Amino acid sequence: MAEFLQLVVSGIATGAIYAVAALGFTLMWQAAGVINFAQGEFVMLPAFGMLMCIGVGMPLWLAFLVTCVAAALVLGYAFKRGIADPLIHHGVIPLVIATLGVSIAAKSFVRSGYSAMAQQFPSPFPEGVFHVAGVTVSFADAGTLVIAGAIVLSLQAFLNRTVTGRAMQAVAQNTESARVLGIDVSRMVLYVFVINALLACVAALLITPIYLAKFDMGETIGTKAFFAAIIGGFNQTRGALLGGVLIGVMENVVGYYLSPAYKEGVALVLFLLVILFRPEGILGRREERKV
Amino acid sequence: MNRTLQGLVMAAAMAAASLAVAQPIKIFGLVELSGTGAVSGTNFNDGVKLAVKEINASGGILGRQVDYQASDTQSQAPIAKALAQKAVDQGAYVVMGPVFSGSILVSMPETRKAEVTNFTGGEAASITQQGNPYIFRTSFTQAAAMPKVARYLHDTVKAKSVAIIFVNNDFGKGGSDAMVKALEPYGIKVAANISTDPGQVDFSSAVVKAKQSNADALFVYSNEEESARCLRELKKQGYDKPIVGETTLTSQKVIELAGDAANGAIAHVGLSADAPQPEVQKFSAAFQKEYHYKGDHNSLKGYSAMYFVKVMTERIGKVDTKALAAALHGATMTVKDNPGVLLDVSFDQNGDLDRVSYMTKVVDGKQAIIATLPAAHTK
Repeated sequence: MAEFLQLVVSGIATGAIYAVAALGFTLMWQAAGVINFAQGEFVMLPAFGMLMCIGVGMPLWLAFLVTCVAAALVLGYAFKRGIADPLIHHGVIPLVIATLGVSIAAKSFVRSGYSAMAQQFPSPFPEGVFHVAGVTVSFADAGTLVIAGAIVLSLQAFLNRTVTGRAMQAVAQNTESARVLGIDVSRMVLYVFVINALLACVAALLITPIYLAKFDMGETIGTKAFFAAIIGGFNQTRGALLGGVLIGVMENVVGYYLSPAYKEGVALVLFLLVILFRPEGILGRREERKV
Repeated sequence: MNRTLQGLVMAAAMAAASLAVAQPIKIFGLVELSGTGAVSGTNFNDGVKLAVKEINASGGILGRQVDYQASDTQSQAPIAKALAQKAVDQGAYVVMGPVFSGSILVSMPETRKAEVTNFTGGEAASITQQGNPYIFRTSFTQAAAMPKVARYLHDTVKAKSVAIIFVNNDFGKGGSDAMVKALEPYGIKVAANISTDPGQVDFSSAVVKAKQSNADALFVYSNEEESARCLRELKKQGYDKPIVGETTLTSQKVIELAGDAANGAIAHVGLSADAPQPEVQKFSAAFQKEYHYKGDHNSLKGYSAMYFVKVMTERIGKVDTKALAAALHGATMTVKDNPGVLLDVSFDQNGDLDRVSYMTKVVDGKQAIIATLPAAHTK
């Protein structure tokens, strides 16, 4: 039993990080109708941004803050104005292709500067473990859970309980009606892009000490986050949390009780099951769109 | 007229001869510059490049410059095979790499077919068990290294049972098999044999399994990045039994990536950038200066392999890849006469090498040599 709890605790911590990245997917889709296939690279770039800042002598917390500002400008504002805005009117596919291009370009850019070798990344949490009911919990896992949980809950509160959050949801549900009601649609969409960039920074801070900073680290996190968003429900922010945690825990359980060889396939199997039996996702709601 | 003709012929012959002298010696590197083997391949490649730079600066090999061209196998065996074919077609004198056992096993039939000498960083025992007269190692075979680790587990750790975490590729599977075999004579039980994927990022379930096995020690055998992630997870879960490895576990890159989690890890290594020999220290300093990072065992492999080529080519007195391979079998090279080889080394008839090796331990983020093990032929 203790080992099962150990697997669950560890899986929830990893899954919470997937959830933070998955939140970006759901937010972008809801508010702007954008599927960002460079989401993994949006996590990788801040990781290297922080490494650069650390390299010039900044402490981790300052590096994180500086990177957040840079990410909001580059991955939020510039990405929206330079790529999303011009392409969004041509439908989803051109934008998906463009984000795939961004993904390749980001990887090549980082690889040319930092080589293909992994780089060490400091953990924001103190080292050490504590024991609860026979389960060894590290400060890193506990800290990750607290931060990821707080982010998901506060984002949920922001979207449901603030005027801006409700306006963003209105834009997501019906852009035209939102515009008629006097909501500045473009501004709301920009907020979503900026929030997505900041979420990517948090995900980078939490996941890179485990994954190590590497130009292709975004491939795994991007794929897992995408599956998590679909599994939980692409149109539900709570769904991203559920999807992420489900993948994290199931990966550990399958890795332990079946074989680690099957571990990487867990997210794909869950994704297939959801697509077959509940295409809107576990917490998602059915949507009808005009074609 | 005859004299004019003779003069012309002579001039042409001299021009051709001088052209031949000036013609650089082509050496091709098939290295993992991206993918899961990027750390190993980049280190190996940089080691070769440093040696080539030094050799060319000191006049080349038999007066000819070395033209080294590296290609990225992307850590994929089919690409390595295609690149080996290309290297052969372009007239390679020697092929360096790949480092990954899975890749060399697939690519070496190409160099064998073309009778081109091929050095590899791969350690899987099967590489030199196929009767290929053109394949040569730059490090120990697992069949030679694992008994040393097993002896350490028995004599020093006093382990009665061992859990194994290995990477599921040719390198890892070969190592795990060799380790299980090496433990048998000592009566050490394998409490758990845990396979992990190349490129795996989350080791929590593997570590829980290792802890659950309650073994006296853990043997970790994986590539550099995965070893570092595994050490981090072991520390995260508070694993407190001895952690022992072979070659990669205490390498400089693993220590850098794992940080404090590497402290206390013990491994047998064939080559160490921290070895006390002055030639190795000189190499480490030069490597650091050239590439701004600390080289590891793979950079030593690449560097020394390039010097093996220089020494043996000058010994046979001609640039003939077939003759080079023949001369390497049974050859011995000493540091006294050839400092570039870094350690006294000898090759057997299979292409396996023999030299001193080390037991190392990570202390305060540095690889410390805790014992120097003599070469097998000197025992």
